[in-house]
Amino acid sequence: MTERVLEVSGLEAGYGQIKVLRGIDLHVDTGEAVVVLGANGAGKTTTLRAICQMIATKGSVKVRGKEMIGRSTPDVVRAGVAHVPQGRGTFPDLSVEDNLEAGAFVRKDKAGVRQDRDLWFSVFPRLAERRSQLAGSLSGGEQQMLAVARAMMSRPELLLLDEPSLGLAPIIVQDLFRRFGEINKEQGVTMLVVEQNANLAFGLADRAYVLEAGQIALSGSAAELREDDAVRKAYLGY
Amino acid sequence: MATETSSESAGTTAVVAKANEQIGGAYRALEAFSAKRVRNLGILLAVVVAFSVYAIAQDGGRIYLQRVFDSLNNGFVYGAVAIALVLIYKATGVINFAQGEMAMFGTFLMIDLHDYRGFPVWLAILGAMVISGAGAAAIERTLIRPFDPSNHLSITIVTLSIFFIINGLVPVLYGIDPEAVPTPFPGAKDDFFNFLGVRIRYENLGIWITVGLAVLLISLLLKRTKIGLAFRSVSSNLESSRLVGISTGRTLQFGWALAAAVGTLAACLVARFNQPIDFNFMGKVLIFSFAAATLGGLDSVLGAVIAGLMVGVAETMLGGYVELIGSELALLVALAIIVVVLVVRPSGLFGSKKVERV
Repeated sequence: MTERVLEVSGLEAGYGQIKVLRGIDLHVDTGEAVVVLGANGAGKTTTLRAICQMIATKGSVKVRGKEMIGRSTPDVVRAGVAHVPQGRGTFPDLSVEDNLEAGAFVRKDKAGVRQDRDLWFSVFPRLAERRSQLAGSLSGGEQQMLAVARAMMSRPELLLLDEPSLGLAPIIVQDLFRRFGEINKEQGVTMLVVEQNANLAFGLADRAYVLEAGQIALSGSAAELREDDAVRKAYLGY
Repeated sequence: MATETSSESAGTTAVVAKANEQIGGAYRALEAFSAKRVRNLGILLAVVVAFSVYAIAQDGGRIYLQRVFDSLNNGFVYGAVAIALVLIYKATGVINFAQGEMAMFGTFLMIDLHDYRGFPVWLAILGAMVISGAGAAAIERTLIRPFDPSNHLSITIVTLSIFFIINGLVPVLYGIDPEAVPTPFPGAKDDFFNFLGVRIRYENLGIWITVGLAVLLISLLLKRTKIGLAFRSVSSNLESSRLVGISTGRTLQFGWALAAAVGTLAACLVARFNQPIDFNFMGKVLIFSFAAATLGGLDSVLGAVIAGLMVGVAETMLGGYVELIGSELALLVALAIIVVVLVVRPSGLFGSKKVERV
């Protein structure tokens, strides 16, 4: 059996009086790409925010066996989790280069950081062309590339992606997901992706969970779920 | 563009034509804007030239130059206090109304260290800067951090209450008698040299150089160090900062400490020209610094200094040549600057307009 990178059990979270997550169990193993599908309001974004301890949570979130509930967000980042939030989450007033530098904030190895920066510039040449431009002036697709590269600069064990397709042109989204596949398969980075676009998500993922009203309604391998009638009707539209 | 699309269907052509029209419209608007900007700068320049001609004709070139150089003193100090305001505004989105009083407290600390504990002036200033920095860090931790950072109104009110607390505390600690202020520079009556027929006091030159160095150091600190990167990240996006592992609380605390240290330095330097000082001496300085920070655009360190110099010059020149204003109504100049900037150009001369592509 491969090692668990992330193990979530009985996770509950909400905003004020409103409970959004009502006991979620999921896990991600080393090297896997796992997708969480769900409609608007199902709790996808909240799940990722809860894993990163950005909101008050109950239950258990273990990263490589270490309990994260009650720790701070920077602690979770230091444990090896990188989160690309919805709406990109770059630093709009910082240059592209400084964004990457900030992404490596928890690292101490200066030479390694420089190496990684050049690596991501070679993966996304568009970013290299715009290295001294302010991130806020990039196009949506470029900002998403930057957000992913920024997250990868911390050399995470687990990459969380929150609806990376949101608001981007289909051709750009396809290209992005191809990159995600490369990052997952070639660089061996474990991923947990939250998506509404099931077609894209199944193309990337090994396994999938379906989230409905704050609970896991279905889970299985991507191939299985793709054939599931309910999933097909609800998320694939045929 | 038209020839490229001619082979395509009529529908596409119409869409492209419409897009072109929109682009053209945006371009014309941009052109009109920059033309307006050139015109505005032209008007400003014409006013300055006309005023200078009038001023030189009235009292002669030497006095004109002398006043310009004298005004740089206040200008640099307003700039330095404006930097302190800008640092906290960048980090928290709030104007720290207590900035002047914190700096005033720092000045009394400096006098205490020098007069009663025997420290040389420079060490006393440095000591006061360190103590104010530590005090501001403590204020941030106990009075600011408990509040939701997005609730600007409550934090603003907290800074107002800090204003009153310090303004009440200093007279209790140090009494209400006016105090003489020591200077680290040669400050005797004849410590000056002549330049272009203008008297420049060593004391003034010292202030210009000190503030200049401080600005340089702060810029380097923000641009070149890790804590500087953290500070800029937190100013730009609080949530993403947490997600890259920056502890935002400690970073904001650093911002408060740095701002307080700069403010204290500026107050220690300007106090000399207002001596003997009492616990209200920073009130006027703070208003002029508000004007400078507003004019500079509130989010640029260098902008704050340049705007500070402009405000200092405007204060001295208008006060010197327009009899109606004199020194009594000089505050009005500062308030007028604030109002005009907010109406004509809310992002100031150097501020970045919040334009974001989403």
